[in-house]
Amino acid sequence: MKRVEAVIKPFKLEDVKDALAEIGIDGMTVSEVKGYGRQKGHSELYRGAEYVVDFLPKIKMEMIVAEDMVEQVTATIVEAARTGKIGDGKIFVSDIEKIIRIRTGETDEEAI
Amino acid sequence: MKRWFIALLLVLPTFVFAEDTLNTGDTAWMMISTALVLLMTPAGLALFYAGMTRSKNVLNTYAMVFGAFVVAFIVWIIAGYSIAFGSNSSAALQNVIGNFDNVFLTGTKWTDLTGTYPTYVFVAFQGTFAAITVAIASGSIIERMKYSTWLIFVAIWGLVVYAPVAHMVWGGDGALLFDAGALDFAGGTVVHMNGGLAGLVLAILVGKRAGYPKSAMKPATVLLTALGAALLWFGWYGFNAGSAFGANAIAGLALLTTTVATAAAAITWMLAEWFVYKKPTLLGIATGAVSGLVAITPAAGFVTVGGAFVIGILGTLFAFWGVTVLKKKLGYDDSLDAFGVHFLAGLFGALATGLLAVKDNDLLWDGPLKESGDRMGQFIVQVESVVVIGLFTLIGTVVVYYIATALTGGSRVDEESEAMGLDESVHGEKYINS
Repeated sequence: MKRVEAVIKPFKLEDVKDALAEIGIDGMTVSEVKGYGRQKGHSELYRGAEYVVDFLPKIKMEMIVAEDMVEQVTATIVEAARTGKIGDGKIFVSDIEKIIRIRTGETDEEAI
Repeated sequence: MKRWFIALLLVLPTFVFAEDTLNTGDTAWMMISTALVLLMTPAGLALFYAGMTRSKNVLNTYAMVFGAFVVAFIVWIIAGYSIAFGSNSSAALQNVIGNFDNVFLTGTKWTDLTGTYPTYVFVAFQGTFAAITVAIASGSIIERMKYSTWLIFVAIWGLVVYAPVAHMVWGGDGALLFDAGALDFAGGTVVHMNGGLAGLVLAILVGKRAGYPKSAMKPATVLLTALGAALLWFGWYGFNAGSAFGANAIAGLALLTTTVATAAAAITWMLAEWFVYKKPTLLGIATGAVSGLVAITPAAGFVTVGGAFVIGILGTLFAFWGVTVLKKKLGYDDSLDAFGVHFLAGLFGALATGLLAVKDNDLLWDGPLKESGDRMGQFIVQVESVVVIGLFTLIGTVVVYYIATALTGGSRVDEESEAMGLDESVHGEKYINS
């Protein structure tokens, strides 16, 4: 079992969600985050006072995936989230030790 | 008897007693104007300022404005009115202050009239002016001042600075600037220059916010600021047109000049930003509108539509320069530009009144322009009023600041409170609870 985390541009959320739904991923957790990498900040102007804002809004998606689905999931995310411009984001894959479904008590593979 | 003769007889008394009779139209208008000007402070100005404050201090900024209004109004009733509009028996003192005969409004009755409407309405109307003047100054010292110090400053300043300044300009015969013939229709000098300058003085004495000017200090929500500006505009009809003290044609003139100047001003700021910064901001449009309102205030009932255009456009350009250039150059933390907008636009309007007031003796109150068509003379009187008030406010504000600071053991919150945000440290409240 693997966790796939993707930090993507916010406006790409719907596209990625729809693309994942098509390959059978129908659950995930999404949070609004801020971050920066190579995409430098932008400036905001208030009455002549200019502020350079380093942190950019991003969306972080997390989903638990069976090991044999990881390749397909990451490829789908990459295709749906890519714009070709700096700031498209990154995907992180890590191991999951245990899963429990709260309602039924199912564990591991049955709880994905 | 002929019907027309009877009609004439019945109408005759109104000609004899016209001065002293309560006119219901004037009274209704003045009461509405009072409500309109009230709206300008705990709603208009409070939202205008709070929207521009960082989220952690939004409630404190609002509370400073609201608190200033209520304290200043009570102080006005206690002695402010008497000092501003009383007549001092000593000619020397009458130049600057009135008297204490009407302290707590003793010696006045509900049936008294000021012109054609109740004195009590006049007292309330003028009280809203006293309150907004000091509230304006709060914009300069947001995010770092102790609430107790602020409220005590408000209370003393209303008596020591506002009331005498109002007296000098509007206090009737014997008052220094009134006698000189200074023209200030609704308070360009008495309210806006006064409040704006007090703000700058406080900004310098209290000191800059921690991290200014390097840290980003972003407005919590420009939406509220724009709403505040719109409410200020709405209320300003009471401020300017209400200063005609009657439901009459002069009020109508002021209503129109106020609208024209403000619209022209908002467009001016919008275009200036578009040109200089490539993007017109909502904050800029809102600010431009306010600076236009300020600039036309001393001139509203003295100029024509053409004059209103000129004042709106040029007054706003002056304020724009003050906010975007002068402030950076001199480095003071006049946080919300009370000095940049209220003082500078008010100053421009006050001087422009001398140059643009129409030579119409039905409009002019007094002064060289009315007496002998001497426009240069009038301009010099305007300069005199600006200088006198400037010095008086400067010195008075410094004095009141030090008194208030001494009484409260320091004017500034400690470093940790400032970093945490005054909403939490001073008020124990949070702007948004999610």
